[in-house]
Amino acid sequence: MTRTASESKIELRGLKKSFGAKTVLDGVDLRVGAGESVVVIGGSGSGKSVMLKCVLGLLWPDAGSIHIDGADVTALTGRARQAHTEKIGMLFQSGALFDSLKVWENVAFALRSQSAMPKRQARDVALAKLAQVGLAADVAELSPSELSGGMQKRVALARAIATDPEIVFFDEPTAGLDPILGDIINRLIVDCVRHLGASAVSITHDMTSARKIADRIAMLHEGRIVWDGPAADIESSGNAFVDQFIHGRAEGPIGMAVRR
Amino acid sequence: MNFLAPIGRVFIGFLVATGRLVAFAAVSVSHCVRPPLYGRSIGRQMIQIGYFSLPVVGLTAIFTGMVLALQSYTGFARLNAESAIATVVVLTMTRELGPVLAGLMVAGRVGAAIAAEIGTMRVTEQIDALATLSTDPYKYLIVPRLIAGVVTLPILVLIADIIGVFGGYVVSVHSLDFNAANYLKLTWQFLEPLDVITGLVKAAVFGFLVTLMGCYHGFHSRGGAQGVGAAATNAVVSASVLILAANYMITTAFFGT
Ligand SMILES: Nc1ncnc2c1ncn2[C@@H]1O[C@H](COP(=O)(O)OP(=O)(O)O)[C@@H](O)[C@H]1O
Ligand SMILES: [Mg+2]
Repeated sequence: MTRTASESKIELRGLKKSFGAKTVLDGVDLRVGAGESVVVIGGSGSGKSVMLKCVLGLLWPDAGSIHIDGADVTALTGRARQAHTEKIGMLFQSGALFDSLKVWENVAFALRSQSAMPKRQARDVALAKLAQVGLAADVAELSPSELSGGMQKRVALARAIATDPEIVFFDEPTAGLDPILGDIINRLIVDCVRHLGASAVSITHDMTSARKIADRIAMLHEGRIVWDGPAADIESSGNAFVDQFIHGRAEGPIGMAVRR
Repeated sequence: MNFLAPIGRVFIGFLVATGRLVAFAAVSVSHCVRPPLYGRSIGRQMIQIGYFSLPVVGLTAIFTGMVLALQSYTGFARLNAESAIATVVVLTMTRELGPVLAGLMVAGRVGAAIAAEIGTMRVTEQIDALATLSTDPYKYLIVPRLIAGVVTLPILVLIADIIGVFGGYVVSVHSLDFNAANYLKLTWQFLEPLDVITGLVKAAVFGFLVTLMGCYHGFHSRGGAQGVGAAATNAVVSASVLILAANYMITTAFFGT
C-alpha cells in the first residue's frame, strides 16, 4: 500500500526529551505523509512511546518542533492545541480502557466529549465500530475487565478510530497476542487506515506485523532515528542496527551499546 | 564537609513538594468554577463519599457521644455539677469531635479509595487516554470528588452531631438516671448557632483536604501496584495530619484570643 506522500501530516524536527539526567529522545526527526503508514521499530525503553506522547501533548518536549498539518503545536496551548490533538486517535500500549465504563461507553467516549453526540446515536456508532473490529453487540454491555486481552485490544482499537480521526497512533498493537490474533489486528489496522484514509504511526517490536502494516519503517535507537526508508528496503538497509534488530541477534552494535 | 547540605536538601525537597501540592490545588479549584461540570459524576461521588460513609460515621458518633456522657459524669459528679454533662456533650460533639472524627473516618475510607482509583487510572494510562479523548482529567476526575467532599462532609457532620448527642442522651437517661426532658432542655440551653457553624466550616475544609489528598497522591502515583499502594497510604496519612492541623487553626481563628 505504498503511496507517494507529497504534503506531510506530521513532522518532528530535532525532538528532545529527558527525564532528569536520563536522555530519552536526543533529536528525533521524522516525517509522516498524508495517508501514509509509518512503523517505528526500536528496542524496549528506546523512547518510542515517549515520542508519541510528545506529539499527543501528554509530555512536553525539551527542544525541537512538532508540526501537525503545518502548524507547530509545541507553540500552542489550551484549545488551539486541543484542536490538533483531536485529529489523532490513540491505541495505548496497555489498552487504557476505562474500567468504570461499559465497553460501548468506552468506544463512544470521544463522540460524546468531542462532538456532544446524543447518547443513542453515539451508541449506534459505537456498535458499528465494534462490528468493524469483529465484536458482536452483546459485548457492548460488558465491562472491559470481563473481556480477554485480545478483545480488550480490539475495543481499544474501536475507541481509537471511533471519531474517524485523520491520524491514528498504534502503540504495540500486537504485543502479548497470539500470532493469529496478532494477524487479525494487523489486518484491522490496515483496513482501518485504508478505510479512513488516515495517516498512521505504529510502534512495534514485531517484524511480521511491521512488514504487514508499514509503507515506511523508521528505527529509533539511542534517541535518534538511525534508519528511515520504504518497508520493502528493510532487508537490504545496509544498516547494522536495523540488521541486528530485524534478525533478532544478541551480537551487534545494539548489544554493545547496552553493555557500554 | 558541609553538614548543612543534607538539612538544606530536605528543606528544599519539602518546599518543592508543598509547591507542587499548592499548584495542584490551585488548578483543581480553578476548574471547579469554570464550566463544564460533570453533574452526573458529582452525583455519583456524593453517593460514594457521603451516603456510603453514613454507617461508619454514625457508629463513631454514637459511641463517642455515649462515652462523653460517661466520662464527664465521672468528673462532674465529684463537683456536684452533673447538670453540665448535657452541655459538655453537645458542645464537644458539635465543635470538635463531630467534625474531627467524621473527617478522620472519611479520610480512611474515602481518601484511600480515591487515591487507589485515580492511581490505578494513572499507571494504566487511563488518565492519558482521557486527555487524548478531549476530556480534561481535572474536570472529569478531580472536580467531582472535591465538590462532593466539600458538600457532603458538612451534611455527614450534622448527622453525626445529632447521633452523638442522642448517644449522650441515651446513656444519661438510662444509666445515669437523668430526667429525659430536663436533659434535652439542658442540651439546648447553652448551644449557640456559632458552635454548630464552626463545626460545619471545619467539616467543609476537612472534606476538601481528604478529597484533595486522595486526588493528589493518586494523580502523581507511578510504578505499578506498589506505587498505587503507597499513594493510598500517603493520602490517608497526609489527610489525617492536615485535618488535625487545620482543626487547630480554624479553632484559633474562631475562638482564639
Ligand atoms: N513519565 C516518565 N517519567 C520518567 N521516565 C519516563 C517516563 N516515561 C518514560 N520514561 C522512561 O523513558 C524511557 C523510554 O520509555 P518508553 O518510551 O515507554 O519506551 P518504549 O520505547 O519501550 O515505548 C524508559 O526508560 C522509561 O523509563
Ligand atoms: Mg512503549
